[in-house]
Amino acid sequence: MSAALLIDILLWGSVAGVGFIAWRRGRTVLVSSLREGSLEFANIMPRIAIGVVGSGYIAAVIPQEVITGWLGPDSGWLGVATAVIAGAATPGGPVVGFSIGAVALKAGGGPPQVIAYVVAWALFAFQRVILWEIPFMPARFVWFRAAVSVPFPFLAAAIAMAIGKP
Amino acid sequence: MSDAQLKDPPPADDAAEAESPPGRVRKPIGWSMISILVLVLICAGLVYRRDGADGVIEILTHDLSLFGGILPRALAGCLLGAFIAEILPHEKVSRSVGPKSGLKGLLIGTAFGAILPGGPFTAYPVAAALLTVGADFGATIAMVVSWTLIGYGRAVAWELPIMGTEFTLWRIVISLPLPVLAGALGRFVYARVYPNGAPE
Repeated sequence: MSAALLIDILLWGSVAGVGFIAWRRGRTVLVSSLREGSLEFANIMPRIAIGVVGSGYIAAVIPQEVITGWLGPDSGWLGVATAVIAGAATPGGPVVGFSIGAVALKAGGGPPQVIAYVVAWALFAFQRVILWEIPFMPARFVWFRAAVSVPFPFLAAAIAMAIGKP
Repeated sequence: MSDAQLKDPPPADDAAEAESPPGRVRKPIGWSMISILVLVLICAGLVYRRDGADGVIEILTHDLSLFGGILPRALAGCLLGAFIAEILPHEKVSRSVGPKSGLKGLLIGTAFGAILPGGPFTAYPVAAALLTVGADFGATIAMVVSWTLIGYGRAVAWELPIMGTEFTLWRIVISLPLPVLAGALGRFVYARVYPNGAPE
């Protein structure tokens, strides 16, 4: 709870900070950005509603055990590829993603595969993309960003294999 | 100023997604949202078949309370994005993180993503604001990827306690070059997919 409070303070503090700068530029700058921000919010609200309420149902259909199963002791590049798909398909927030990673490590998953899983989860987790990225960013950017990111979990795994860490 | 190259080409007729700041009109529900909505309805139907109406209502109430908690933060993120879009001088932004900003622009995007406070409710509105004021896809990709891979927020709050220090630190070290590489790849592909600039 306190972490959430800290985030809120930091967030609204930043809003107040940039708002103050805008206000010093003149009242019209302040008013027009306030209007612009509220309009954006009103536009985005229905999409966030679909994302938040909807991702709960999607997460309920893809249970955690399915993902853990994909992260089996499969090693090598096939294991990396499975880990990447598992990362993208992992429902829920950071607790779920990292917990699955931790379980996979303990259950004998190879570190490069787990690295690939965590990186893929960070880049592609469908819930974050649906809930946050698509509502806020132009859709064209989101698809472009996701497509361009595809090689990087594999690259991360390759680096991990090359340096033998973690 | 090489204004001609920096400016977007004139908007096409259907470009209601106009970048013109006053009243940036965006359709609240586009194709992406419709497909997500269909997916959600299918999943809700599966939940109904498995758990009955109680299961559906339980998830609904839980997610509605989550939604209530997220709303004020989303508002803060939108305001932050709007202020940043208003305050940042467009010309300077396109010079430092625009299409011609080179490696420096990618590094600036990476650094910005790494230090940005807050969660997705700040990262994406701010990234969208950067796009509006003249950052190119490459630098914005570097920023988003950097926020997600080397941003300290999630690593400190969740990864460190769950995955342990050694894994987290090595994971971050391995991830360090990725945002710049992703941004560079983004620029490379963008220049080939849209040789005449953005289609908007």
